[in-house]
Amino acid sequence: MSEEFVLKTEDLTKHYGGVRALEGANFQLKKGEHVAIMGDNGAGKSTFVRQITGVEQRTRGTVIFDGQEVDFKGPIEARESGIETVFQTLALADHLDVPDNLFLGREKTKWNWLGPFRLLDYKAMRKDTMAALEKTGVKIPNIHNTIEKMSGGQRQCVAIARTASFHSKLTIMDEPTAALGVQETKQVENIIRQLKDQGEPLILVSHNMRQVFDLVDRIVVFRRGQICANLDIKSGDYSGEDVVSYITGAKTGAEYESTS
Amino acid sequence: MSDTSQGTGGLTFDKTKRSWPSELNVLLALIIIIVIFEALGQILPYMKDQSFLFDSRGRFDSIFNEARLKIIILQVAIIGIIALGVSQVIITAGIDLSSGPLVAATAMIAMSFGQTELVNGYANPKALFGTWAMDLPVFIPIVIGLSFGAFIGAINGTFIAIFRIPPFIATLGMFLICRGIALWWSSGNPISFPTEQYKAIGDGMMPVVWFLSLAVVFHLIMRYTVYGKHTYAIGSNEEAARMSGINVKRHKIMVYMIAAMLAAFAGVVLSSKASTAQAGMGEFYELFAIAMAVIGGISLTGGRGSIIGTVLGAMVLGVIRSGFTYIKLDGSYQLMAMGAIIISAVILDQYRQRKKA
Repeated sequence: MSEEFVLKTEDLTKHYGGVRALEGANFQLKKGEHVAIMGDNGAGKSTFVRQITGVEQRTRGTVIFDGQEVDFKGPIEARESGIETVFQTLALADHLDVPDNLFLGREKTKWNWLGPFRLLDYKAMRKDTMAALEKTGVKIPNIHNTIEKMSGGQRQCVAIARTASFHSKLTIMDEPTAALGVQETKQVENIIRQLKDQGEPLILVSHNMRQVFDLVDRIVVFRRGQICANLDIKSGDYSGEDVVSYITGAKTGAEYESTS
Repeated sequence: MSDTSQGTGGLTFDKTKRSWPSELNVLLALIIIIVIFEALGQILPYMKDQSFLFDSRGRFDSIFNEARLKIIILQVAIIGIIALGVSQVIITAGIDLSSGPLVAATAMIAMSFGQTELVNGYANPKALFGTWAMDLPVFIPIVIGLSFGAFIGAINGTFIAIFRIPPFIATLGMFLICRGIALWWSSGNPISFPTEQYKAIGDGMMPVVWFLSLAVVFHLIMRYTVYGKHTYAIGSNEEAARMSGINVKRHKIMVYMIAAMLAAFAGVVLSSKASTAQAGMGEFYELFAIAMAVIGGISLTGGRGSIIGTVLGAMVLGVIRSGFTYIKLDGSYQLMAMGAIIISAVILDQYRQRKKA
């Protein structure tokens, strides 16, 4: 049973003081499955992601990842155990170039006995950057340009290439195409399809109904800090309008009625 | 594989198309300032065709006025050592105001372990401790001085990184504390008559040797090591650095410790050069060190600038100081001119950034 699920949360809850940002979330993600998380602003989507990735510490509840109960102290622990995340606020350093950003926090190094002063292996990182960009089909004219000189789309692509280029057990994207143009959105969606083909599971936080229906297997809807629907859209039983009515609260999933 | 381009997804990038490094601007400014002083030496009626940097009187073997060149760099070397550390702090988008008083406090503390027992056959009149602290090997005062610096830096870093006190406030507090420590250490009395070994640390051109070799070391560290990369990353986007798994708190503490240790070392060199330590030493050093960094193109908003820039910034200040003496203008004008140059440097930096965006 635990083999089947990559991620499982039970009663995941986060309170900020008196604010119940997330309340009793029971969530499951199967191997190779792509799931979208939808909901209004402030519905608890990002809070949910932050609890899983260890950016914040949950108030209560359990997270089972890859068959083990986990309690990440910070994002690096989550990443080390295989959760890659593209955050809503792009986690890129503007004054650094593409390889620097791709390898930020996990630089390839030489002379490791020098501790914090160990040397950066620029050559290896450049080579791997090229390979990663090639693999994800991201086009960036000059990888030695600093991020600040790039368009929003290029930045997003760098952030996503970073996620996709490291083999991960779970990828989480928090509104990856919110600020992108048509062409750039397509590129990002292609990367997501690639992940699907490679059998890498994904949690996608998105507001874009078309995108969600195009890309994922299942939609989980959040409302007021609680999960209110779990919709298997591959079955074809649900339309965009159905999802909207769950998001706005006009409907609630049968199995969640008692909780809300 | 060709030198200039490699493919990525069908597109190429050109290594030669990298942007104009800001250090070149500082170098350009430095050259312009030198040319201005050179011209003033020819134009001003009371200068009698002297040359600023060249040997116009045939006093030296080379074509340069070696004496002036030495003075230019010697008078900025000690503050320059501080500026190397302050630069790193500013690159993390912080600031360190405590370095000037830390120079004084470290000078007092280090020299009190670097005194000689007998002066011309008599007991050292400025002795602070008993004979047990006299004529110690020179590494002892240096280690004590650097440890004190590391301690102060660790406190700065802890308050800033862990208790989230704004760097300006935390180091302003430390500014006063260190000045207090400097006064308290010997109840305000100067400490003098160091051992010969201690004198040798800052003798003659030694401050320049220390400044330039430390500059090389920290240039390499900032460019080629993980420490350097993370320092830039934190200044560029602290949140991104944290999410990327960099231990931002630990790293910041380390940066403030290194900066304080450099300031402490500057204190040791200064007291050695002066052969005395006084509680009032190092006045305005923190501000001049910040000025060197800023003139050298280190952005106060963090993430941008380099150690080479800071060295050039130090040279700009040195040339201006020396130039004003050369055209026989009073120190008061020097301060006004330096102030104007610092402000222009920041304006230029902001203009450049706006143009980029």
